[in-house]
Amino acid sequence: MSERLHPPETSETPATTVSPTSTSLVRTRLKDRRPAGHRKISGPPRDRIGYLFLTPWFIGMALFTVGPILASLYLSFTEYTLLKPPEWLGLDNYREMLADPRLHKSLLVTFVYVFVSVPIQLVLALALALLLNRGVRGLSFYRSVYYLPSLLAGSVSIAILWRQIFGKDGLVNQVLALFGTEGVSWVSHPDFALGTLVLLNAWTFGAPMVIFLAGLRQIPTSYYEAAQVDGAGTVTRFFHITLPMLTPIIFFNLVLQLIGAFQSFTQAFVVSGGRGGPSDSTLLYTLYLYERGFGSFDMGYASAMAWFLLAIIAVLTGINFLFARRWVFYGG
Amino acid sequence: MAAELKASGGRSRRLSKHALLIGFGLVMLYPLLWMVSSSVKPSETIFRDPSIWPTSFDLGNYTDGWTALEHPFHFYLLNSAVIALLAVAGNLISCSLAAYAFARLNFRGRNVFFAMMLATLMLPIHVLIVPQYVLFSQLDWINTDLPLVVPKFLAHDAFFIFLMVQFIRGLPRELDEAARIDGCGHFRIYWRIIMPLSVPALATSALFTFIWTWNDFFSQLIFLTDPELWTMPVALRSFMDGQGETAWGQLFAMSIVGLAPIFGFFLAGQRYLTQGISTTGFR
Repeated sequence: MSERLHPPETSETPATTVSPTSTSLVRTRLKDRRPAGHRKISGPPRDRIGYLFLTPWFIGMALFTVGPILASLYLSFTEYTLLKPPEWLGLDNYREMLADPRLHKSLLVTFVYVFVSVPIQLVLALALALLLNRGVRGLSFYRSVYYLPSLLAGSVSIAILWRQIFGKDGLVNQVLALFGTEGVSWVSHPDFALGTLVLLNAWTFGAPMVIFLAGLRQIPTSYYEAAQVDGAGTVTRFFHITLPMLTPIIFFNLVLQLIGAFQSFTQAFVVSGGRGGPSDSTLLYTLYLYERGFGSFDMGYASAMAWFLLAIIAVLTGINFLFARRWVFYGG
Repeated sequence: MAAELKASGGRSRRLSKHALLIGFGLVMLYPLLWMVSSSVKPSETIFRDPSIWPTSFDLGNYTDGWTALEHPFHFYLLNSAVIALLAVAGNLISCSLAAYAFARLNFRGRNVFFAMMLATLMLPIHVLIVPQYVLFSQLDWINTDLPLVVPKFLAHDAFFIFLMVQFIRGLPRELDEAARIDGCGHFRIYWRIIMPLSVPALATSALFTFIWTWNDFFSQLIFLTDPELWTMPVALRSFMDGQGETAWGQLFAMSIVGLAPIFGFFLAGQRYLTQGISTTGFR
């Protein structure tokens, strides 16, 4: 049963699997098109069956995705507080964003958070995956232990734990006291509070690690055998086989973890008591968006913020894909 | 030569590798273990005792914490469970229907719709939440479970569609073709052939849906402001803000109660979880 979850085409990254399958889809569809006259007699058009199966998705897509996206674009040009109909403002919300110091602060906080925690997370994930790769006994046990935090970290419970651990009399300072050092209250110090959240995100390296492990298993052992015959050492093999072969997975993990990190909310909200403090040092973009949208019901401004977030993520993902051509290796 | 190397240096290298892996695992899990042990100690030792060996054993934090809020804690657990189970049912039904269409049926616009579905995977929830709130408040759905449940029955979680599409594509087509020849319609093939074979993918989807809904805080915080509807995470957060740092023991105890179902599902279904993320690459 376990093999079934790894059919040959799915164990690669989706980025590579989607394209070959979709071209074969085009081919089968063209084949179907030819005896079109026959099909009308022999049964209901296949179109209708497909649309029938997709009906829930169509409705959901219209009501909860496409509709809201368009509505939020419209709202971003208005002032709207739910109490009276939206009032057209033109670009005023966007102009206000240009001049809003808290928004700038929240962007800075978010960028620091994302671009510090994601690299740490991915490096840890890759390092552990490499350690676990070479037929370590108890692999599934280690994998589970390292993966567990990824499941728990998004919960309020863990955020509460974090707030205690990095508090004045928290676990970290108790351990430091054993070494004769006195620590500050990390969560309420403007220089360190964001760092505790970065650590919390790095703690979830288990999820990308599992993906790296699956990717490592895909590298044909014959490559390593050939390299060994040629006298290549461990380091050479890593830089000339493992790393190039793994670049599609690294890319995939990078894109996903960046997108995920931009959307972090719960931990910062709970650890900072909902305000992004101290002195806005943990005011993630999502926290500020929540504050404007659901604290002061400034729905127009929050919509403009949401669209800006979408633009940031789209641009970053675009840049990622653009640079991917230079370093991601889809051969072999 | 390689065999020789393995025989001499292999053993100690293996041992040191295991020592490293176990040591690192302990550091990773230490906070969790410490929280569990602190929850059975008197509250004031939480500030003094960094060890995970409980010196005393007292379930007082659990009994006191259980009744510390307006309702007993199982009230909030039940609210969470209702939403999470409905979400599981909704995702299994709606996402598998859509996945069958994408993986097995030909229809005009399929590739475009599939690309749209993949694009929604990257869409941050924050872009949708404001207009969704406006929509739900016009429908009078705020402070009901509907905003959290209805979208699941309409295949809003594209992630699971994708997971199931990937899985169904790996199933041999001969099976459905044989059934076609025997005169089976598509609903029968979907229900009698594809679904039974897709149990691993369905199990993965059910586990992830439950865990993510159980943990979800953002949308529950927004859509459920009435304390009568609060779920476990929202209640825990208000517990912390209300009692502050004075009741860490009780807070820890209730946090552990909140994590327990996830831990249970993790132990029972970890194979499905880790294989699910290797197939699709999400948390």
